[in-house]
Amino acid sequence: MTADAAPDTRDADVERTHLTCTLAETWKTPAGFWGALSTVDHKIIGRRYIFTAFVFLALGGVLAALMRIQLAQPEARLLGPDRYNQIFTMHGANMMFLFAVPVMEAMAVYLVPLMVGTRNIAFPRLNAFSYWIYLAGGALLWIAFALDMGPDVGWFAYVPLSGPQYGAGKRADIWAQMITFTELSALAVAVELVVTIFKQRAPGMTLDRIPVFVWAMLVTSFLVIMAMPAIMVASTSLILDRLVGTHLFNPAEGGDVLLWQHLFWFFGHPEVYIIFLPAAGMVSTMIEPFARRPAFGYLALVMALIATGILSFGLWVHHMFVAGLPRLGESFFTASSMTIAIPAGIQVFCWLATLWDGTLVFKTPLLFIIGFIVTFVIGGLTGVMVASVPFDTQVHDTYFVVAHFHYVLVGGAVFPLLGAIHYWFPKLTGRMMSETLGQWSFWLIFIGFNATFFPMHILGLQGMPRRIYTYQPDLAWHGMNLFVSLSAAVLIAGFLLFFVNALRSARYGEPASDNPWDAPTLEWATASPPPSYNFAMIPVVSGAQPLWNVEGALPVAEGLRTDRRELVVTSLAAAEPQTREASPRHSIWPLWAALATTVMLIWSIFSPWAVVWGSIPIAVTLIGWFWPKGTPEDES
Amino acid sequence: MRRLAKTSASVMLALPLAGCDGSQSALDAHGASAIELKQLIIVIVAVCSVVWMLVMVALIGALWRNRPALRPPASPSAERRMTIATIAAVVATTIIISGFTVMSFIATRALAVAGNHDLTIRVRGLQWWWSVEYLGTSAERFETANEIHIPVGRNVRLKLEGVDVIHSFWVPSLAGKQDLVPGRNNELTIRAERVGIYRGQCAEYCGMQHAHMALLVVADSQDDFDKWAAAQRQAANPPAEEELAAGRQTFLAKPCAACHTIRGTDASGKTGPDLTHVGSRRTIAAGLFETTRGSLAAWIADPQTIKPGNNMPVVPLTPDELRSVSAYMASLK
Ligand code: HEM
Ligand SMILES: [Cu+2]
Repeated sequence: MTADAAPDTRDADVERTHLTCTLAETWKTPAGFWGALSTVDHKIIGRRYIFTAFVFLALGGVLAALMRIQLAQPEARLLGPDRYNQIFTMHGANMMFLFAVPVMEAMAVYLVPLMVGTRNIAFPRLNAFSYWIYLAGGALLWIAFALDMGPDVGWFAYVPLSGPQYGAGKRADIWAQMITFTELSALAVAVELVVTIFKQRAPGMTLDRIPVFVWAMLVTSFLVIMAMPAIMVASTSLILDRLVGTHLFNPAEGGDVLLWQHLFWFFGHPEVYIIFLPAAGMVSTMIEPFARRPAFGYLALVMALIATGILSFGLWVHHMFVAGLPRLGESFFTASSMTIAIPAGIQVFCWLATLWDGTLVFKTPLLFIIGFIVTFVIGGLTGVMVASVPFDTQVHDTYFVVAHFHYVLVGGAVFPLLGAIHYWFPKLTGRMMSETLGQWSFWLIFIGFNATFFPMHILGLQGMPRRIYTYQPDLAWHGMNLFVSLSAAVLIAGFLLFFVNALRSARYGEPASDNPWDAPTLEWATASPPPSYNFAMIPVVSGAQPLWNVEGALPVAEGLRTDRRELVVTSLAAAEPQTREASPRHSIWPLWAALATTVMLIWSIFSPWAVVWGSIPIAVTLIGWFWPKGTPEDES
Repeated sequence: MRRLAKTSASVMLALPLAGCDGSQSALDAHGASAIELKQLIIVIVAVCSVVWMLVMVALIGALWRNRPALRPPASPSAERRMTIATIAAVVATTIIISGFTVMSFIATRALAVAGNHDLTIRVRGLQWWWSVEYLGTSAERFETANEIHIPVGRNVRLKLEGVDVIHSFWVPSLAGKQDLVPGRNNELTIRAERVGIYRGQCAEYCGMQHAHMALLVVADSQDDFDKWAAAQRQAANPPAEEELAAGRQTFLAKPCAACHTIRGTDASGKTGPDLTHVGSRRTIAAGLFETTRGSLAAWIADPQTIKPGNNMPVVPLTPDELRSVSAYMASLK
């Protein structure tokens, strides 16, 4: 608030340049180190989140490279069993919990408020907190690994192997607590997104005008909220077994080993869709500017997302087909797992129709979309294969499954993500990524990926189990393993090129205009990168492709105050303006709260009393967080 | 149609098939259920390949149409035609997956009713080896490890027990896998249709040496099997030579006997594999090496370097003791 701003200054009362100055003053993040630590701007936090997630991708890639060097020949001696087992566990846990899920949340933290036309995410301080917690969880895992204390029980940490008798040291506890960190942060972001999407959409953005990516994040957020209790119960029970000596999973004392698997996969299966649905949403949204038409079948696309979300809770047993459950029950899960192919198919057919009817612009994001369709369909079809109980008895826990889930995770989620980075890079940084390097990296990644992972299907059928640190020379696998490892080098070269391109372009890329792709959604209605307040005036939406639906400038709503942080709150279905709502200012307390939580969570690996004593500093930081400070935002 | 699917699938699978007479492959099926499964796999893979190719044709068509010279004029009925095409594709998807579901169900039933059992074997999974116990009357019972002999053409019931952590019994040329879960009693029926040696390997990650937890299933004619079983039931041969007697002496005096059983001697440990006829088994250390005097000596001298983390400690022996103990082991046919 500048001193001369009258107590109730509204945006419509001031002329444009003055308006942007005042808004910038009101919404700015304080300069300097403390400013950086206390910011609650969703764009700054989102960028940080995305950057951190990509650092974890690179680290996980280094581990993948080590595994592939080790497996290139039989009986290789590069890694011993202990290191290898830590490495494959770290690779899986890191890629799932520190890269794939957070990067999708991160993209949403940055994009969703812009795409729905609001000024900040709901609960911005919680958003800051969630980033710090995520960073702490990632640091915990990697520091433990550097100290030779990395988990070695696989990313799904089956008991009894991860239990007190067989999981020596603190390795499994590190895994379980890292889960707590990442789940906490994912849960926070999910809540923010649901509220942002339900209540902060620009006036006129009715349910049928919400961009598909935003729909995807809404469904994903609900999956996070509903899957979370299962994993929280699971990891807490594991820690109790290990620390307090309960026997929840110990069959000798009446505990149940399979209980773990049910709990884990009740969360773990939706987890896969928590990664895939945002990617599918990205494709549906990105395809529009590159096909120069609205996505075909908007309603079908949205319904498919929702159906996938619901069905994803009915499939978990397909991870347990060889555990010895009753066959009849298993057949039910075959049927339910197969049905998820229908919404997946619907989306693929809609994208094909969009491409068919569109006028294509062959830029890097479109290449990634095409590469995604080619590979994701393979991953989906192998998914149908492993959904069949008898088929699965031969391929479960083999390299066939390694191939399958990389086709869906890399082909199905990382390809769209890389396309999305190329696409939204101007909005993130204000600069364009190099198109030449982009196309080169696409081809290297696409060819390298398929050459690396396709042969793994065959290796699996030829009897190669997953999670083995070596194999004997008399088995018929070495030729293909060598080929796979060489292809992985191509894949990694592609990723390196992508990183080089992104880092170079962030500094030296060609400056981007507001809407370089002539795209239809609201984030392109503001500057690249957007100012701290996102939109000088809140846009009003009159169609599903707002920037294509009107000629010239978008109509705007007026009446928000400029001297304090205010958002428009709109109704859930029709997005009619309801009230003005204050949005919190920057604060250092989320950082302190995150630190206090981190201390408590790590301490509780060693002593159950940490929960008691550790909660005191957390309470103190929360009091600080919510203490009224007499700012205009507090008054309202 | 189905035949066509089958032939195209066999062409597709020819590459891997050509490369392996390997005894550990789902594509090299010689067990009743593995054969059944292989057929199912081929049909499903074939249908899926066709589906993928159709999607690719549509994708390439979309890209092809988009060359500026070919770009069609926008037509109002395009949207309707695309809707019809999409609905048709979804219906086709539904039909295919319903077909797969029914096929899977039928195959599962076929595998479950495997008929009477001619033989029951208890297989216990331990970190990182397999204990094998032939059940029957007390005169018939005997124990061995890491190598299962079965008569060809007979249904053999395996009672699978996880002792420490979860393991998974998988001999892909004979049957699909089944987990060994502590606290649960799982079963698997196998039947070899051809004489041969089939390799298998633990398929559920079970800790440090999961990679080295293999086993062999030796399918013999009924006669050979009976002979083998009769020999296995015997106690260990008393040593005929001086060196072997010295080896036995060392074995019994050192900590070896605390963990291993040799029937007919005082050694009755249960922690490690039964060694009564270890010399008759094709491999040692769960499939790690062929059994020879040399490999036995190497293993006994330093099991922790050869299979790091395994549960057999280094037992300090003089070179003479090592030589005689390994000779004795090799003599236990
Ligand atoms: C450079 C690209 C990558 C390569 C070469 C690669 C390679 C591998 C290999 C060889 C394994 C099997 C390890 C074993 O069974 O011993 C594996 C496991 C795995 N990978 Fe990747 N991977 C890559 C990228 C990714 C990405 C991007 C994700 C997730 C988004 C991912 C998720 C996983 C998971 C969840 C596992 C299972 C770990 C476990 O068994 O606990 N990978 N990867
Ligand atoms: Cu194992």
